[in-house]
Amino acid sequence: MAEFGNPDVVEEEVDILIIGGGMAACGTAYEIGPWIEAAKKEGVDISVKLVDKAAMDRSGAVAQGLSAINTYIGPEQDPADYTRMVSNDLMGITRDDLAYDLGRSVDESVHLFEEWGLPIWKKDENGERFDGAKGMTSLKDGGTPVRSGKWQIMINGESYKWIVAEAAKKALGVDNIQERIFIVKLVNDKKDKNRIAGAVGFSTRDDKVVVYKFKACLLVAGGCVNIFRPRSVGEGQGRAWYPVWNAGSTYSMAAEAGAELTLMENRFVPTRFKDGYGPVGAWFLLFKSQATNGVGEVYMVRNKEMLDDYPPYGHAAVPASCLRNHLMLKEMKEGRGPIWMDTVTALANLRETLSPREVKHLEAEAWEDFLDMCIGQCGIWAGENIEPEKKNSELMPTEPYLLGSHSGCCGIWVSGPDDVGAPTEEALGEGIPEHLPSGWNWGYRSMTTVQGLFTAGDGVGASGHKFSSGSHAEGRMCAKSMVKFVMDNKDWVPELDTSVDELVEEIYRPVRNFLEHKDYTTAIDVNPNYITPRMLQFRLQKIMDEYVAGVATYYTTNEHMLDLAEQKLEMLKEDSLKMRAKDLHELLRAWENYHRILTAEAHMKHIQFREESRYPGFYYRMDKNFVDEENWKCFVNSVYDKETKKWTCFKRAHKDLVDKSKLFK
Amino acid sequence: MPTFVRTDKCDGCKGQDKTACMYICPHDLMKLDMDGSETGHAMKAFNQEPDQCWECYSCIKICPQNAIEARPYADIVPLGASVQPLRGTDSIMWTIKFRNGTLKRFKFPIRTTPEGSIDPYGNKPEADIAKIGDSTFFNHNEQNGFRAGDPSELICK
Repeated sequence: MAEFGNPDVVEEEVDILIIGGGMAACGTAYEIGPWIEAAKKEGVDISVKLVDKAAMDRSGAVAQGLSAINTYIGPEQDPADYTRMVSNDLMGITRDDLAYDLGRSVDESVHLFEEWGLPIWKKDENGERFDGAKGMTSLKDGGTPVRSGKWQIMINGESYKWIVAEAAKKALGVDNIQERIFIVKLVNDKKDKNRIAGAVGFSTRDDKVVVYKFKACLLVAGGCVNIFRPRSVGEGQGRAWYPVWNAGSTYSMAAEAGAELTLMENRFVPTRFKDGYGPVGAWFLLFKSQATNGVGEVYMVRNKEMLDDYPPYGHAAVPASCLRNHLMLKEMKEGRGPIWMDTVTALANLRETLSPREVKHLEAEAWEDFLDMCIGQCGIWAGENIEPEKKNSELMPTEPYLLGSHSGCCGIWVSGPDDVGAPTEEALGEGIPEHLPSGWNWGYRSMTTVQGLFTAGDGVGASGHKFSSGSHAEGRMCAKSMVKFVMDNKDWVPELDTSVDELVEEIYRPVRNFLEHKDYTTAIDVNPNYITPRMLQFRLQKIMDEYVAGVATYYTTNEHMLDLAEQKLEMLKEDSLKMRAKDLHELLRAWENYHRILTAEAHMKHIQFREESRYPGFYYRMDKNFVDEENWKCFVNSVYDKETKKWTCFKRAHKDLVDKSKLFK
Repeated sequence: MPTFVRTDKCDGCKGQDKTACMYICPHDLMKLDMDGSETGHAMKAFNQEPDQCWECYSCIKICPQNAIEARPYADIVPLGASVQPLRGTDSIMWTIKFRNGTLKRFKFPIRTTPEGSIDPYGNKPEADIAKIGDSTFFNHNEQNGFRAGDPSELICK
């Protein structure tokens, strides 16, 4: 009989394992069915399993819902335009092959969402806006969406994830899905250390360790939140901008398996409504609101000349996100705060041209923007008696986040499409480890540099601006390529490079630490033999905040501060072996925080390696406070050696596959 | 705005071993106190880690007894406000109470099809194995959403 500290061990072999249940995983779960059927006709039976640490109906970044789909190309725009936007917003260093490929396919997923029941706002022939349940012409049949910006469309998205998950669950079959399983470690193949053969984790409900063997695996466990000390350190610390359960599991597990990471120095510091982190996109782009300093000056106008310091990225019609922060931070640092979102003027201007009916609808739209995706912000408005037509709201840049699907581009280096002109070889520059592939499409689409390991969504680096719809589409791409990979490797038998006993021992170490030492002291949380996951997380956040350009230093750092961070993180990593888990819930937190440490370390190492400040407004290396196009317009990539626990950083050449100068004409 | 469970309404989902809120919470926060040893309220659920609550409201929306509410985070927000939904099958109703007593009510659609009605592959073509290496999906352009793009834009091709 299993009990706490003595778990059952369940071993299972499948052909394909999907780790995660968010938008990307749902995309894979949907697309894979017909390809499995097609493979069967070719005589290859393929089994698939999906494991999620939460419940698919409400897991991943879209759990709460969304008020917009941020990537919808539409029939009037070209994937190349989208590719240019992605590139400029991320300061010129992205993979055009990945962005372009996504741009041509993403609407295929958006149209499915609408077919499944997602209400998408529409405009009638007079330009009046309507919610998505009025039965107006669908996008597929030429209906006109309500744009809130060039790429975004508004939705009634409270049940967005619920709907997408329903399709995914039906497509894959609930028998092939297991929820509340947290995978914490990938296992390489015994005969080929550059290949993946298995994954291990545990149930957060039962005393059970799971060991999977497979031919291919999709790792889609989101981005990374809470490695930096959040601005709210009390009860509000859970109100992170990105979901608090994104623990860097994607990056850390891939790194430990040997996958090449890219642009881990990149981060996203969104400017959002203060404390609740409510979305600003609709306010800026739909309601045409402006952001000002404390005395009402529009900082994007006041500090316009600062954009000239960063050509060409500051000169696009929409300057890069980090530069918009850069102009705002000047006001904050020079004492001209607070930063306001001028909702009062924006709504007053709109009211001038609207009928009373439309004004009422407008108020509902403004509230729905929060209620669909950031309910906590409504709590702040209600608690502070803020009605946006009467009282302005403060904006604030958040603590840093690491992600690859929103306005960030850190992640894993993946094989791209082979039909858009991407380089197929590159002179191996100094420092690129020899075992790594050359060029941008070395194999199966979306496969990492580790054989059999695929990723999508937040996992894919050097692209960004995929958001919910793009992550779903990218998951679908993986479905095809994993089926192909399995068909091509149908006789290959995975063998784990580590014994199951060792794996179980490692996974349950925090439990053992607790059971062995808990009676040494009278206070359960204070014990020299172990550290609680909570305190370990605080330590990580303090290091990152104070040395690696968090909010404490106004996002600044330098090589000396990074040296200190390096030393402190190494000791933290050593101490992570002493984390305790007093129950399964804390075992979940222990492993999440282990993943956070490794992700944070990658972030720090990449910032250290890149001797410039590529993303002013997101972080500044004050000892290299410039953008150096000559030496650093390149990818910074890295690999981690799980034996020596050391990172190796190196450069890879960047290349434009679409003409970026069109942005500046 | 961590969630809290009202003692007068929670019935522990009638003694099942897993409550609806435990099932749904993306961050594993909700817990059923079987014997009352953790909260003093046996067979009722509670939020075991309020400062890790993302306020996604998943538990509030799913609770069959409407026993779960949210209290804006005490370290930031003045007292007295509440934001409470009632989620149906096709729409959601919100009641927002301000600190000063102002009340606002909104109703928004949440889906246009009956829950559980999605037929994932109905009227969709089969996958063509010959195209497994292409950059298109199994139902290529059945949704009218493929954007082929102007080939001249690809300057290295």
